[in-house]
Amino acid sequence: MSAFKSLSMAMLKGFYRDKATLFFTFVFPLMFLVVFGLIFRDAGSEKIDIGVVGNGKVIATLEQSGLADLQRFDNLDAAVQEVRAGNLPAVVIEQGDQITLRYAASDQTQSRIVSGLLDGVVGAVNQAETGQQPRYLVRADQVEDSSLKAIQYLTPGIMSWGIAITAVFGSALTLVSWRKKQVLRRLRLAPVGVNTLLTSRVTVTIAIAIVQAVIFIGVGLLPVFGLQLTGTWWLSIPVFLCGVLAFFSIGMVVGAFAKTEEAATAAANVIVLPMAFLSGTFFPIDQAPEWVRNVSNVFPLRHLNDGVMDFMVRGKAVDALLVPCAVLLGFTLVMGLIAARVFRWEDS
Amino acid sequence: MTTTGVAAIAATDIHKSYGTLKAVDGVSFEVAEGEFFGILGPNGAGKTTILEIVEGLREPDAGQVRLLGESPWPRRIGLLPRIGVQLQASSFFEKLTAREQLETFGSLYGVGAARVQDMLELVGLADKANTREDKLSGGQRQRLSIACALVHDPDVVFLDEPTAALDPQARRNLWDVLRAIQARGKTILYTTHYLDEAEILCDRVAIMDDGRILALDSPAKLVRGLDAPTRVLLEPGALTEAEATGLPGADEVHSDESSLTITTREPAKLLSALAERGSLAGLQVRTATLEDVFLSLTGREYRA
Repeated sequence: MSAFKSLSMAMLKGFYRDKATLFFTFVFPLMFLVVFGLIFRDAGSEKIDIGVVGNGKVIATLEQSGLADLQRFDNLDAAVQEVRAGNLPAVVIEQGDQITLRYAASDQTQSRIVSGLLDGVVGAVNQAETGQQPRYLVRADQVEDSSLKAIQYLTPGIMSWGIAITAVFGSALTLVSWRKKQVLRRLRLAPVGVNTLLTSRVTVTIAIAIVQAVIFIGVGLLPVFGLQLTGTWWLSIPVFLCGVLAFFSIGMVVGAFAKTEEAATAAANVIVLPMAFLSGTFFPIDQAPEWVRNVSNVFPLRHLNDGVMDFMVRGKAVDALLVPCAVLLGFTLVMGLIAARVFRWEDS
Repeated sequence: MTTTGVAAIAATDIHKSYGTLKAVDGVSFEVAEGEFFGILGPNGAGKTTILEIVEGLREPDAGQVRLLGESPWPRRIGLLPRIGVQLQASSFFEKLTAREQLETFGSLYGVGAARVQDMLELVGLADKANTREDKLSGGQRQRLSIACALVHDPDVVFLDEPTAALDPQARRNLWDVLRAIQARGKTILYTTHYLDEAEILCDRVAIMDDGRILALDSPAKLVRGLDAPTRVLLEPGALTEAEATGLPGADEVHSDESSLTITTREPAKLLSALAERGSLAGLQVRTATLEDVFLSLTGREYRA
């Protein structure tokens, strides 16, 4: 076996024989994916509830539209009571040609939606009564491919976060523990180049990240979560690889500075955790306040996350590779140079 | 570069300071090929620093080192396969078995698996081949780390306190390993703070204190050069002090509750006199050791 291969094997065995590391690499991020995936599964597809009393063409059309969940009441009083109690935004009463809308002014957003919906339905029914073809037609099409579903941003977000943690922790802890246990000193006394050491650690980090990605995406694709990949999903692979390198280089800097495993763990957490919250790991960054979006632009995790999402679920074209890859590689370069400057074979 | 007759290690007037502390203060010595050379002294004497400088891990402030005819500093990749270093801390790859450790280190030098088995047998760990490093006992870890230092068949072996923190049985087991290594023709440079051990194992020793070499020779010559008296110990009450003082060859007599000690420069005369009297109960004969050499060199008791 070559030095590169055997060092890689040694690191890989040290990794998969450690149960705690396995847990934090695979199970821990997956728990977030499963929990958030289940909680937000129905988010965005919620329909509005409307109470209805009586019967006729308008209510029938409203029902057929599938835009609202109708709750039938036998008498007006019971329905109004529900609206008053805040359980329903509005109630529609149809008696002959008479259509009445009673709504809760306390819930203006919802009651306006109901009012708009009802206007539309009544207009359509009136138009149909005339027996003429409608002159104007609206054709509505969603811009994103089911982008409202939470799993579409959760999977790339949690995947990016997971590989970021593993890349930072893995490289930092290897460096610290090997230095502390004098394995680095032993390697320094063996005919091994620093490059061999570095490339084997990078290779192992990438290999672990690929396994993570396959698992996270695989779970997301399960019918219960229903992740849908777009046609350009494979373009997220270069972004993914640049991201692993960026976080690997952060880990090398942390590992060079930290004297103990505890210090390295704390430093890695301080770096990755706030980044995760501000980079759209757990919620879409577009919904965050503007300052958060601006701040998060300095984080590599934001670019990794966005870049992966662009191709995996937004279906962007190849030119969208430029920004995330350039930012992540630039980050790798800067961190790599710092790491090379502060690298120490042993604690002096 | 190296030919027979050239010293495996030659250190000339090495100096090394850490801040105001002079860790090594003008040390010179040579180790011949195939020699078992010990550097002895209490903790803080500068043994490890000397070793690290000769290995090429540290640059001396002044002085010159030749290791197999070459300067070990800065890091010289071509020299590294010819030296084997066992480190003070057991530096292993995490979670790997004894065999995997040896295979990994061996592969760094392009050494095959056959050699790994040979090493496991040499250090008596063949039955622990598949045990992970963290499940080995202290003595087993030490032996494994020595095997890791030897796996690529180096010419010069550096052992830094290989027997530290071992129980007496494990220490003795390790001595056998060290002797076996020497029997393979290796040059061994080794540090210890056990003077008794060095006396048994080493061809020559350098006794260090405060960064300097106080004496350098074979243990037997050092002890002989001391010209120290022999002490004969008997059970208390075997003789009265007056009787003892009157014996031929007795120089000094001292008694306490555990023993009666007679100091002599003519042990043969004294012992035959004792035998004639039939007063050999609990007899012990103590000659000078390296500890006495240390005492006479520094004026203080040796404390590891």
